Amino acid sequence: MIFKKPKNALESERKDEKAQIIADAPEVEPQAEPLRCPRCLKSVSPTELETTHGVCPLCRNHFPMSPRERIALLADRDTFEERDADVLSANVLNFPDYDKKLAEAREASGEPDAVVTGTCRVAGREVAVFAMNPAFMMGSMGYAVGEKLTRLFELAAERSLPVVGYTASGGARMQEGMTALLQMAKTSAAVRRHGDLGNLYVCVLTDPTTGGVTASFAMQGDIILAEPFARIAFAGPRVIEQTTRRKLPQGFQSAEFLLEHGFVDQIVDRRRQRQYIAELLRLHAREVLQ
Amino acid sequence: MTAFERVQAARAKGRATSLDFIRRLFDGFLEMHGDRRFGDDRAIIAGLATLGGQPVTVIGIEKGHDARERALRNFGCAAPEGYRKALRQMRLAEKFGRPVVCLIDTSGAQCADGAEERGQGLAIAENLMEMSALRMPIISLLIGEGGSGGALALAVADEVWILENAVYSVISPEGCASILWKDGKRAAEAAEALQMTAQDLLRQGVVDRVLPENDELYDELKRDLADALARLKRLSPTELVNRRYSKYR
Repeated sequence: MIFKKPKNALESERKDEKAQIIADAPEVEPQAEPLRCPRCLKSVSPTELETTHGVCPLCRNHFPMSPRERIALLADRDTFEERDADVLSANVLNFPDYDKKLAEAREASGEPDAVVTGTCRVAGREVAVFAMNPAFMMGSMGYAVGEKLTRLFELAAERSLPVVGYTASGGARMQEGMTALLQMAKTSAAVRRHGDLGNLYVCVLTDPTTGGVTASFAMQGDIILAEPFARIAFAGPRVIEQTTRRKLPQGFQSAEFLLEHGFVDQIVDRRRQRQYIAELLRLHAREVLQ
Repeated sequence: MTAFERVQAARAKGRATSLDFIRRLFDGFLEMHGDRRFGDDRAIIAGLATLGGQPVTVIGIEKGHDARERALRNFGCAAPEGYRKALRQMRLAEKFGRPVVCLIDTSGAQCADGAEERGQGLAIAENLMEMSALRMPIISLLIGEGGSGGALALAVADEVWILENAVYSVISPEGCASILWKDGKRAAEAAEALQMTAQDLLRQGVVDRVLPENDELYDELKRDLADALARLKRLSPTELVNRRYSKYR
């Protein structure tokens, strides 16, 4: 081995990043390219991250997760049935470069838009589920996201199913103009109808949940959970600092900050979420309540 | 007029604000302050009045005219307690059978650390959800700027009307240009692309009606608001809510 392991934390913080990444790589997995955790800045092996479902073993940072990984982690094996995969956004305003950006995002993610919806079972109970994709145009909500979510809540209302959803979004998708903004009203109305029939909606806020999604279905859960350290905001920190001309404190708009201010029910580590949600579903199941 | 000229007209100093409309359209306005939770947001004015002989609830976002008023009103950027004040008045309207008129003129919801700490996102989310199911007619009138979620939080209505030089958009043209093209100076281009003028919105079906800004405006509004509210009030609450659901569906 060319590089020795760092003796202590100070030594590992030296500027020579390349050397350090190699030095910190576990010797047993020479083929896996190590990743640097953006929170603790230590390197972690992708193989280890797989076993922890993308949670940094050193600092508990939750790495981004694709919608299908999330659903796979929640659902009983082979029970997920996707719905409305054919609902697509279109460039109705003929907005400059939107076609290109949409095509690139579809190509890069292999998904048609920023949310995956469907039904599955969790510990045997049927639920409607959605998961957003922060990597798809920043998880922004346009027609496709709003329509798929609305259909999901309508289906869940019709079939008396709870909804479990994972949010991750930069907000409304500006390239769709007012159509994007109005998805906030449409989804909110569908959430309300679903809830008025006595159905449960559990929402898990993941990094980042901001803008128009925070100002609609992300904050409308009967139970709102959050992943550790997730950024949850209406306005982004840069915009606030520009408006108020004041520096924001460390940890402002983190999941922990929102818990402290009373806006989320609980912060739940990704590795415990399935079990936690299964228990919530059991406690709200109609046969248990009777 | 270009789209950006409309944006500038909507923002122009001297343009009538919500308080001007309240004075001209309604009789005997009684202002009601506070959200009963935290405070009284002066960016939102709410209260009771009479329109065409009928009691109504009026809610308006107020920018103010001069520097002092503008500071007091936070330039028409409402805080969570403003949206909660509005919601409180809408619930009372439902309880006592008064239709609701919302006047909208804001560049957007307040963007500040305090607003975040008190749940700006939640306050807007609750208004969207509650307004979608309010069992009383709501008409929202865009009189100047309709800035994103901060405007939508008072615009989930049975009818949405707009003045001919008012605008309504998912993001400000400056914000859009700065995010997309890293150049806030390309706002005029962004205003065009966003299709945010009254005429664009009518074509897209986002608004139901565009009102010309002429000498008859106040008379026309006074008469037509009263007529429209009376017409909507004849619907059963269930019909009304179902109709509103379909409008946004």
